Amino acid sequence: MLQSILFLLLLVAAFGFFAWQVRKIRANILVGRDRDMSGHAAERFQKTLLVAFGQQKMFKRLTPALLHLVVYVGFLVINIEVLEIVVDGLFGTHRFLSFLGPVYSLLMATNEVLGALVIIAVAAFWWRRNRKPPVKRFTGVELRAWPRLDANIILYVEVILMVALFTMNTSDLKLHQLRGETLPGAFPISSLLTGLLPANAGALHLLERFGWWAHITGILLFLNYLPSSKHFHIILAFPNVWYSRLVPQGQFSNVESITHEVKAMMDPSFVVPPAPTAPDGSALAPTPFGAKDVEDLPWTNLLNAYSCTECGRCTSVCPANLTGKLLSPRKIIMDTRDRMEEKYNSPVIFRPNVYGAEAKHEPITDLANATLLRGKVTPEELWACTTCNACVESCPVNINPLESIIEMRRFLVLEESAAPNSLNVMFSNIENNGAPWAFSPSDRFNWADDLFAAEKPAKAAVA
Amino acid sequence: MADLAARNESPEILFWVGCAGAFDDRYKRVTRAFVRILEHVGTKYAVLGLEESCTGDPAKRAGNEFLFQMQAMTNITTLNGYGIKKIVTACPHCFNTIKNEYPALGGDYEVIHHSTYLQQLINEGKVGVTGGESFKGRRITFHDSCYLGRANNIYEAPRDVLAALDADLVEMKRSRANGLCCGAGGAQMWKEPEPGKKDINIERTEEALATLSGAAEALANLGGVETETSAPGPHDLQGSIIAVSCPFCMTMMSDGVKNKEQESRVQVFDLAELVASAEGINA
Ligand code: SF4
Ligand code: SF4
Repeated sequence: MLQSILFLLLLVAAFGFFAWQVRKIRANILVGRDRDMSGHAAERFQKTLLVAFGQQKMFKRLTPALLHLVVYVGFLVINIEVLEIVVDGLFGTHRFLSFLGPVYSLLMATNEVLGALVIIAVAAFWWRRNRKPPVKRFTGVELRAWPRLDANIILYVEVILMVALFTMNTSDLKLHQLRGETLPGAFPISSLLTGLLPANAGALHLLERFGWWAHITGILLFLNYLPSSKHFHIILAFPNVWYSRLVPQGQFSNVESITHEVKAMMDPSFVVPPAPTAPDGSALAPTPFGAKDVEDLPWTNLLNAYSCTECGRCTSVCPANLTGKLLSPRKIIMDTRDRMEEKYNSPVIFRPNVYGAEAKHEPITDLANATLLRGKVTPEELWACTTCNACVESCPVNINPLESIIEMRRFLVLEESAAPNSLNVMFSNIENNGAPWAFSPSDRFNWADDLFAAEKPAKAAVA
Repeated sequence: MADLAARNESPEILFWVGCAGAFDDRYKRVTRAFVRILEHVGTKYAVLGLEESCTGDPAKRAGNEFLFQMQAMTNITTLNGYGIKKIVTACPHCFNTIKNEYPALGGDYEVIHHSTYLQQLINEGKVGVTGGESFKGRRITFHDSCYLGRANNIYEAPRDVLAALDADLVEMKRSRANGLCCGAGGAQMWKEPEPGKKDINIERTEEALATLSGAAEALANLGGVETETSAPGPHDLQGSIIAVSCPFCMTMMSDGVKNKEQESRVQVFDLAELVASAEGINA
């Protein structure tokens, strides 16, 4: 009875705290610019099924895909057992699902095998990150300090959770064996481990309780760690994929306010729609072109930032990064999240990234007045992007770093006129000559001059 | 186009030449090759000539949305004025912009990249890729253009065209959706690269040359690729070809080949040039 009440309190506290943290993150995402992502439910559903549930894009790289699949499936299946633990905890039952008989045996057996595989996979993950030198994508200026520690904490916690699970099962099994009873379910791994435990009923009972509490408390603590961690992707990957863009990757947004201005310039009869007003009818401050800070980005890009697993697949295929330029799409995404949490709400364990000198951005001293652009992301990074979409293609959770890059370029060009000089030359060429090069527009048709000169002199006039 | 309109005729397709196709000396040859193919198959086509203007792609990718929309609206007015329905272009950047970004500004056309168009001509038997230069047995590798491939999911059409040449087609490890950019997109064409270890076109050219020569050790050392590939034995680079389907890729890969001092052995060609040569109409 006492245990049940304790457990109920723990459960309420854990979920309440989690909800409170999620609300903060939701509020952060909503500071972003409005963007209508409704509709296309069937298409979005299919995409979510394939990319998020089906892990489709993970399978571009086989080794990490298989390791990740083990942990992912392990997580899904073990969650069924967590359900049982919760019911047991609340109602003082023991192995409540055992009425399922053979299905229960199958469930427990799968669970144990997956549990063991998870430990192996996590060990492999740890090795890939911590060996010298680590897998290249786990290096980089943005993967220092907190992000690095965070990645390891996740791995340690996963092992601890699995060990607790096996402690619980093994001691329960041995206790039943000692009493000459049969424990419902099948335990292929725990049955191998019983020899490790003392043959003492009291100790076994204690161990079983300890394993049980450790497992469930661990899960609830981990749940509340998620909002501060890249591991939050286990939840946000799903909405993030759901809200990913459905248009061709090469299609960039056309800024609507500019469309109105250009139309008005070209056609004097065009009536510019009235600017949006605040709910109380007062005029809103004009929104800048492009993005200088997080609230200038569409909310989907902010959702992106919270969904990032910091896996670095984007950076590892980025041609600019590959050839030694400063740009790292992962850094842009991580900076966005850091900036949101600095400026707005932060979950309990917020730690901003700490960069080395090679990041080359000006150290932020004035938190309140710093912005995403320049405070974290330097123009040098932005100008290195070839808009090749490799990062977008590679991201397993459909994050689009390119969109944020273009929004910040727009701010640099349209608000600050801060493009590199050679690009300003290109702009004025287009404006004056209708071509990005300094050629005379009257030469545009010269390519045809000698084309049919020999055989069909009249043909050049087809145009 | 103005002439056709004056005669009250309308073309089957409008060939959008693009700035590179009109001004870049190397790419002008591609423009001519493509026009020869159009003539050869008897397509009723037109070009805008002096009325064409930059699509605005480089301005947009560089963040100058204002300039982009000015260009877009001007072009749309011209195109709509002539009642254009179908556009073919050899430039993936023009293709992407007109196809994807013009509709929201009032320009709705069927836009086809010349690789798709050439593939259709070959499939329909209008172009036999015979009678001219033979590519049989020559090693060709195709460099995917980002704005054709990842941006618009066109991977097979250029390969089908090359397959029709009966050449020895070899794939780079980073190809199709994993293709490596030539380094010119996103307005990089008009500026110096940011400081780094290497220029992107050099990295890509090295990969192309390694693939063409089958140099396994060179392939294994390429950055950013986790999988190994089993490359065939060494081949002489003499006469091998890097095929492209984009004016920017053409420039970048040609520069790369020059930088590696391989221009006497390896040539960079556009699909249209290869088809015209094979058909014996590339003067
Ligand atoms: S789109 Fe830009 S950031 Fe993304 S991979 Fe290409 S160059 Fe890198
Ligand atoms: S943006 Fe995507 S690919 Fe890049 S680090 Fe984040 S999750 Fe990985």
